[in-house]
Amino acid sequence: MNDEIRQIISAHARLPVDVNSLSDDADLYEAGMTSHASVNVMLGLEDHFDIEFPDHMLKRSVFESIGAIASALNELRSEAAV
Amino acid sequence: MALRVGTDLVFIDTVRESIEAHAEHYLERVYTDREVEDCRGSNGIDPERLAARFAAKEATLKVLRPRDQGIPWNSIEVRRDPSGWVELELSGPAAALAADAGRDRALAQHRSRGRFCNRGRRRRLLFRFGRGRPIIGA
Repeated sequence: MNDEIRQIISAHARLPVDVNSLSDDADLYEAGMTSHASVNVMLGLEDHFDIEFPDHMLKRSVFESIGAIASALNELRSEAAV
Repeated sequence: MALRVGTDLVFIDTVRESIEAHAEHYLERVYTDREVEDCRGSNGIDPERLAARFAAKEATLKVLRPRDQGIPWNSIEVRRDPSGWVELELSGPAAALAADAGRDRALAQHRSRGRFCNRGRRRRLLFRFGRGRPIIGA
């Protein structure tokens, strides 16, 4: 899943650095992702994984790293499986 | 109580690219129906107007300072009065956060040039939060 997240970040986050140079827990905002770019990342994730982030997940911490995004996606998938 | 100031700048081209890449998905998740209609001209959606609205939403978030609350962008609505004044209206989580913060007034300012959101003009917004349903007046 993390590779797919990296591809989406590469396509939408407009980072000034190669996403593959970042660790899973690297702060994407510190790496140069703007708030508006994080919207595009969210939309890219929703399209790719066919999910919708609920209101309570629309916060900075959910999109601040590859690991945080993966955790959120896992949470959404587990909720959908119930 | 200390005054809080929120500022933000948004590249117009990034908004244009978001419209091209995500179309209605982008508009629905970030803006209210009223905002989209306010930004619709004879040539379609105006990215510059949307960029100004996104900057206002982000400036408002900086004033509200959410900690771990999720705040949908479309719970902060920029309303344009026919006379040209701008008002903001908060709903849902953004309104609750403003009420919890116990703040009745906040000042935010955003300024931009060239490729940024509002044609190089300085714009100052005075926000006022009323009881119950917060209303922010320009």
